[in-house]
Formats: sequence, C-alpha cells, structure tokens
Amino acid sequence: MDVLQLQRKLREHQAAMLREGFLDDQFSQLQKLQDESSPDFVIEVVKMFFDDSEKLLNNMTRALGQVPVDFKQVDAHVHQYKGSSASVGAARVKNVCATFRNFCETQNLEGCVRCLQQLQNEYSLLKNNLQYLFRLQEQIQAAGGSIPTIE
Amino acid sequence: MDNNGCLPCTRREGFPAGLRVLVVDDDPTWLKILEKMLKKCSYQVTTCCLATEALKKLRERKDAFDIVISDVNMPDMNGFKLLEHVGLEMDLPVIMMSVDGETSRVMKGVQHGACDYLLKPIRMKELRNIWQHVLRKRIHEGREFESLEGFDFEGIHHLMRNGQDQCCDDVSLFALEDCISSTRKRKDADNKHDEREFGDSSSTKKARVVWSVDLHQKFVQAVNQIGFDKVGPKKILDLMNVPWLTRENVASHLQKYRLYLSRLQKQRDQKKCSSSGIKNPDLNPKDPGSSSIKNSMNKQQNVVSIDGFRCPNNGLVQLHESDFTVSELNKTEQRRALATNNIIPDPNMTKVSQIVLNQTFSPLNSEGNIEVFDCTIPTQYTWNQVPKRKLQDDPKSQSIASMVSSPSAASSIASSAVDNIIPVQSKSLMVNDQSSVTSNPGLKTQEFDASLIPDLEFYQQNLLWGGEAAFSPLEEDLNFFLLQSECYNDMNFGMHSIDMSDYYYDPGLTADVPNHLLYDSADYSVVDQSLFIA
Repeated sequence: MDVLQLQRKLREHQAAMLREGFLDDQFSQLQKLQDESSPDFVIEVVKMFFDDSEKLLNNMTRALGQVPVDFKQVDAHVHQYKGSSASVGAARVKNVCATFRNFCETQNLEGCVRCLQQLQNEYSLLKNNLQYLFRLQEQIQAAGGSIPTIE
Repeated sequence: MDNNGCLPCTRREGFPAGLRVLVVDDDPTWLKILEKMLKKCSYQVTTCCLATEALKKLRERKDAFDIVISDVNMPDMNGFKLLEHVGLEMDLPVIMMSVDGETSRVMKGVQHGACDYLLKPIRMKELRNIWQHVLRKRIHEGREFESLEGFDFEGIHHLMRNGQDQCCDDVSLFALEDCISSTRKRKDADNKHDEREFGDSSSTKKARVVWSVDLHQKFVQAVNQIGFDKVGPKKILDLMNVPWLTRENVASHLQKYRLYLSRLQKQRDQKKCSSSGIKNPDLNPKDPGSSSIKNSMNKQQNVVSIDGFRCPNNGLVQLHESDFTVSELNKTEQRRALATNNIIPDPNMTKVSQIVLNQTFSPLNSEGNIEVFDCTIPTQYTWNQVPKRKLQDDPKSQSIASMVSSPSAASSIASSAVDNIIPVQSKSLMVNDQSSVTSNPGLKTQEFDASLIPDLEFYQQNLLWGGEAAFSPLEEDLNFFLLQSECYNDMNFGMHSIDMSDYYYDPGLTADVPNHLLYDSADYSVVDQSLFIA
C-alpha cells in the first residue's frame, strides 16, 4: 500500500471514529498541539490515558468487589476516569462514566456493574481503534508521508 | 517564550507572554496537555500533581507565579481548600477546573474566591485569556486603594480602643481592616470608587455587609467559642445568631480574619528580630498562613515588586509609576489624619499618627522616585513593623519606633495603616531599579514563616469548607453498539516507541485492515474474565 492510500485510510478511519463518537473534538485539539518540539505528543498523551484506564478500571473492579461496596470510592474512581477520558476526547467512555456516576449516587450495584462492563468494552474498542490509527501513522511516516489531521 | 530562570525581558511589548502559571492537577494526562497548551500561549509553566506540593512551591518563592490553575478534585487536598490558601497567603488569582460543570460546584468555586471556573476539556482560547485575571486584580486593587482616604478607620479604631481590654484588640483592629477590605472587595470594576462611604449598607445590587465593631465582636466570640482550629463559617454563623447574615458573609470575613491574624503574627515575629521595644497585644497563637507585609518599602525607594507580574526591568502594568510624589502622598496622609480629627476628636491619637507621618516622610524625601505604595507603607512600618533587613541598619526608623509611647496605640495604628495597605498588595508595581530588588520584594506578605506551617496544616485539616461533590443525575443516553463484525486481527504491535502490547487487552493483528473494523466482539472473553460479577 502506498503512502497516498495509507493517508486516505487514515483520514477515513479518523473520520469514522469521530462520527461514531469514539473521539471528539478534543482529539483534534491534541493533534493541533503536536509540533516539532513534541512530535509524538498525541501518542504520548494517549499512552498516558491507556495507563490511567487500566489503573482506574482495576480500581473500580476492586471497589465493586468489596463487601460492602463503598460507592463513594467507586464514584471517585469513575469521576477520575471521566476526567481522564475527557483529556483525549474519548467521548463514549466519558458518557458511560456519566451514567456510571448516576448509579453510584443511587447506590445501584447492578447498574454499576453493568456500567463497569460497558466501560471495559468501550475502552477496548477505543484502544483498538487508536492503535490502528497509530499504526497507520507509523506506516505513513515510514514511507515518508505526512500525517493528515482530523478536520 | 519559555525563559526558565529569568523573567522575560520583553514583557512590555510581549505581554501577556511570559505569564508565570502554576498548574495543579492530579491527572498526569491533563497536566501534560495543559502544560503544552500554556506553552503554546507563550506562558511560563510550572506543573504540580499534588496540591501540597503546589503550596510548598508557592510559599518558597512568593513572587514566583502570577496565576494558579487548579483542578477541583485532587487526592491530597480539595481544590477549594487550595484555593483558599492561595487566596489567603498569596492573594494570587486562582482558576479552578473540572470535568464536572455542575452549577453548585461552580458556585462553590466562586464563593471560595476563584476568579474563573473552566470546564474540561479546556480549549486553547480559554487559556489564552487567563492573563486578564491577573491584570484585573492589579487594576482593581489599585483603584480601590486610592479611594480609601475618605475612610475613617482611625476614628473607628479610637472608638473601639476606648474602654476595651487587651483581648479585644483583635476585634478592633480587625474590624478596621475588614471595613477597609469590605469597601474594597465589594466594588466591581466599573464602580466609581470615590464616594463610597463607610457604613453605607444601602440596598445596592450587592448588599454590603458592614462589619461593625459589635458584629465583629460577636464573630470573634463565636470563633473563640468554637475553637479557632475547628471553626467554619456555618458554625460561626449559627453561633452569632444574626439573621440577616449569610454564610457567605461569614466565610469571607473569616478569611480576612485569618489573614489579619497571620499578619499580626508575622509582625510580632519580625519585631522579635528587631531591637525595637514595641510589644504587640497577645493574639491567638494559631495563626494560619503567613501574611506580613514585606517591609522593603521602608527604605526601598525603587523596588516595588508586588507579587504578580514582577519584572525587574519593567512591570507589567505601569499603574502608578511616578504619579505620586512624596509630597502628594504627604497630603493624602495628612488629609486622612485631618479627617480623623474632624470625626473623632482625639488629640492623642492624631498626634501619634501625625508624628509618625511627619517622621516617616522625611527619610523618604531624600530618596527619589517613590511609587505610591512605596510611600504609604513606611507610614505604617517605621515604628511598628520592623523588617529584618532594613531597619536594623536604619537608626532613624528605630528611633521613630521607640518614639511611640503607647505600644497598643502604635500597633493598632500600624495595623490599621497596614491594613490600609492590604488592598495595595499584589499590585503590579513597577520596579524602577532592578539593582535594588530585594530578595523579598513583595508588598504582600508572602514570606511564609516555617513555624506557622504546622498550624496551617492542622487548621486546614479541621476546617470544613464544603461537603462532598454533589452529583447531579445526567440524562445521557448510552449509545452502545456491539456490532458483530469481522475479527479484528490485523494490527501489528510493532510500535516500539509505545509499548502498547503490555495492556491486558491484546488482540493479535495482521497487516491488512478492513475498513469496518471499528467494532468487534472478538476479544470480549478477555474482558469478561476481568469483570466482577455480583
């Protein structure tokens, strides 16, 4: 696959992610921040987000596994995750967090568990898609091309 | 424009470039993003992931920052608490941020003194404009200071002094201060500052609370009853039993009270270092924070670096550069003294202040280029506030200091005059002569006495400023599609710079990627295993 094709693929994939709500405008803001002084800025930020996600999802799992469940603690994790997801523009993840927080407030354990599941799913999807995106970018750069940003 | 050590020299033309921002956020991702964004605005950025660390940084170098941006939710300290501390000790503008934009939270931020509340995700354009808060603060306080001369704080002070025992000194002094600051704080930028009278609590849009002596006494009694370290605005309000008073009024008054007490503490500490024999009345030992006014002004002709845009070469806002000559200030001071005379005839009081005023200005006269705030401070300090560095080698000031016979009167005048200067603090004043910048140039009291730290921390632990975050139910639909699509097998994790394969979710991928790969259910078994099922 040549550079042009790769670039087209990248553009399409980015557009699809935006359309489907995996990413929002914040992601394009991150891309705009990337420059010569920080050429891997977006990837670095996303990696930090992945780290955070792992940690927070584990925390939530643990917190929901306790008896009795400390919903305030769970909510604290979810709130943190909400902020974290907002940083990269992970819109769907953020939305699930919002619902999750509602269940925490009403201390609805079943609802919380469902939300945690959804979070895990959304996070997986997002991660896959982003990794694919970065892979495309890498291939483009290796072939000497430039990375098209999200419009 | 990222000058690491030195202040940017092109401030005058480059403003707001070089704005020194301290960012506090426990989320490292956000910290990184904000740092990048702020640097793109040409600001000078320092990041902190802990509130306690941020406070430490702020205290270490009082004049190191122009503005603080902080997240609301942090593990070691509530963002609002940090906001309070910064407001109390450093009087820097603070911007709060959160992903939670619920009205009650925003209101809480405003009530605690935040100058803005940003919602995450934060846009570049929002950050570009934060300099306005710094500028506004300077201008605002500068203006208000000018209008204070009609204020009869000395008269009030005299009233209070009469017939009160030592332990009520705090009451009297603080009431004075608060009268000044309430006059100051309740102005908006567009107000005419001139004709506000003390005691005017007419029904303007912002109903002004006049903290009379009685009211303040009730306040202090309530505080002492509760216990200074356990105090909170709600408790005070309840004890005071003043129906028209709001929690917000009490909260802001409490803030000032603490500021005032810590300033007194600082004065006392400084006094210990000097050879002056003036005693201060005993105060509550638990003084939060630090706020003594740096008295470099006593001898300082040229340096007026207030925390805030402090540029040795040229200040950010040339507010009062050389507007005030010494003589003009002389007039101001004497006018005030005269006003005092008219309202409360007290020859003794006036005499002392007159003596002080007269004396103070003579050394100043011999020095050139004195700025407004420069001039006023010596009025208060020469005989009370003895800066470690300066007065020790100034026999003149020390003699003035010993001149004042009545310690309590002196200190009260000092404090009231000192308090008078409070509005002036953290102005962006110009430093005319870089070489005379002292190491602690701020008018404002940024020097944090290490011995006060334990008090502060103890204090903050006991202080209940707010409850839990209020969660509002959000009516957001969850659009969750789990389309069964092709197996998503083709990503090769050959990205060496990012070790993504370490994550728990690790699908094997091949080279070619089909387009409809957004959704897949291939590896949810992995996900399920990690789920807790009740």
